[in-house]
Amino acid sequence: MLTIDDVYKIAELAKIEITKEEAEKFQKELMSIVDYFNVLDEVKEDVEPTFHVLPLKNVFREDVPKEGLSREEVLANAKHKENGYFKGPKIVE
Amino acid sequence: MTGKVNGITVEEWKNRLECEKCYDLISELFDRIKKSRLNAYITLCEDEALKQAEKYDSGKVEGRLSGIPVAVKDCISTKGIRTTCGSKMLENYVPPFDAHVVERLKQEGAIIIGKTNMDEFAMGTTTETSYFGVVRNPYDEERVAGGSSGGSGACLGGGEAVLALGSDTGGSIRCPASFCGVVGLKPTYGLVSRYGLIPYANSLEQIGPMACCVRDVAVLLEVIAGKDERDSTNAGRGFKFENRYENHSFRIGIVKEMGGNEDVTGRFEEVAELIREMGYEVGEVSMSSFKYALAAYYIIATGEASSNLARYDGVRYGFALEELDSWTRYFSKVRALGFGDEVKRRIMLGTYALSAGYYGKYYLKALKVRTLVKRDFERAFSDFDLLISPTMPALPFKIGELTDPLTMYKMDVNTVPVNMAGIPAMSLPVGLVRGLPVGLQIMGNHFGEEKIISFALKVEERVKEAL
Repeated sequence: MLTIDDVYKIAELAKIEITKEEAEKFQKELMSIVDYFNVLDEVKEDVEPTFHVLPLKNVFREDVPKEGLSREEVLANAKHKENGYFKGPKIVE
Repeated sequence: MTGKVNGITVEEWKNRLECEKCYDLISELFDRIKKSRLNAYITLCEDEALKQAEKYDSGKVEGRLSGIPVAVKDCISTKGIRTTCGSKMLENYVPPFDAHVVERLKQEGAIIIGKTNMDEFAMGTTTETSYFGVVRNPYDEERVAGGSSGGSGACLGGGEAVLALGSDTGGSIRCPASFCGVVGLKPTYGLVSRYGLIPYANSLEQIGPMACCVRDVAVLLEVIAGKDERDSTNAGRGFKFENRYENHSFRIGIVKEMGGNEDVTGRFEEVAELIREMGYEVGEVSMSSFKYALAAYYIIATGEASSNLARYDGVRYGFALEELDSWTRYFSKVRALGFGDEVKRRIMLGTYALSAGYYGKYYLKALKVRTLVKRDFERAFSDFDLLISPTMPALPFKIGELTDPLTMYKMDVNTVPVNMAGIPAMSLPVGLVRGLPVGLQIMGNHFGEEKIISFALKVEERVKEAL
């Protein structure tokens, strides 16, 4: 069961503002999908989870400094910037 | 060419280059693209491409793909060329660097002609979730081209490129290849560097080659595969097709759990019969875990998406509001206006599945199912060289036909187990049903691309003879 309040709570966690109409629509859609996910309750076999399919080992490279992007390149896609820095929203109200 | 509408092979293109100017051929290609209704491209790189063509004509370009027009899916970063991911969120984003695969294309002299249309952030099966409009199917413009690499499939089928790159998280190369009557390969996880691929679900996705024939797919894979230290999941090995299995007596397994409706299964059975006639051993294999693979896939993919897409905060790049506000309000508003419905749905699903109290029930369970899927494949590959199924369970849908999200998700049933296990798989066109293409999915064991391609070359030839 997924209530309208659950949908608002999830949207808040995901940081997506939703309207009342959207909440109602998402509730119906998410409910049917989550119901479908419950098919996994049938799986009783307890095995190790697979996080990653390749048996990769960590590889270290030489610690050599390399040229990074220039400040101009880094800031080129930002709308709000000041004195060569990104300008972000206020963290504290 | 199998099920080709207007597709152009590398060989055909090179033959024309022998007697015509590359500049003229590329101009002609852009004319065709601009008149086309397919909507395969989001951004065209006409000036740069024509300059490259001129350079080719003056004999200054070397490399295995010199003079060849290549289309790149718009979730793959191209330095100085906007890369939108099919989203309003990245409508004006211009990457300051090239993806590894794009560097490789350039090193081999390819002409990048444009960025192809796709489902928003690669989330979809029909390219209907693109902010830039649906891609039409080259066989029937009232139908979808598949997704999420719909533009890459359609531009090949419609003769608007010779080679294309796609990306495949749960079938996004194979589905449009199947629907547009072209060849597409999802490589083994780790064979191709993901550096510069805008991520959706990192543990599942791979960049892969698409083309109008098997040989061209092999060539493009050779170019893009290989070691790259900027992708920590890169396997550190390249790929060279040597046709070592040309005379191999392949043992082929039909996967019982991967089917489709009558349109598709009818043609699939005819092709299976052809494969038997070719002298190959064909058996059947059952994979009990596949019943759970689709649900597990969507839990893993949306879980990874929910954390991946947290980066879109309207600060460093991407869609931003005129005025900065408090952090929570600004962030939530940017994402409300910048993302489309399907992206919101998947972020919310993933957030839910990973939230406190549900992690064990959904996410951890899904990872256990992944172990079972992997084991089922391992068992199958001890009996068979390759496994086959229909790529898609249905023919290309009418635009707007699939409205319910869950119904759409279920169309990925034959393709997602492959990504869960990280194995390679190809979609090969095997003819038309009611004028629409059907794809054969050929799956191999990890790093089994060589076998898949050798077998696909044989089937491609046989199907052509039989048509």
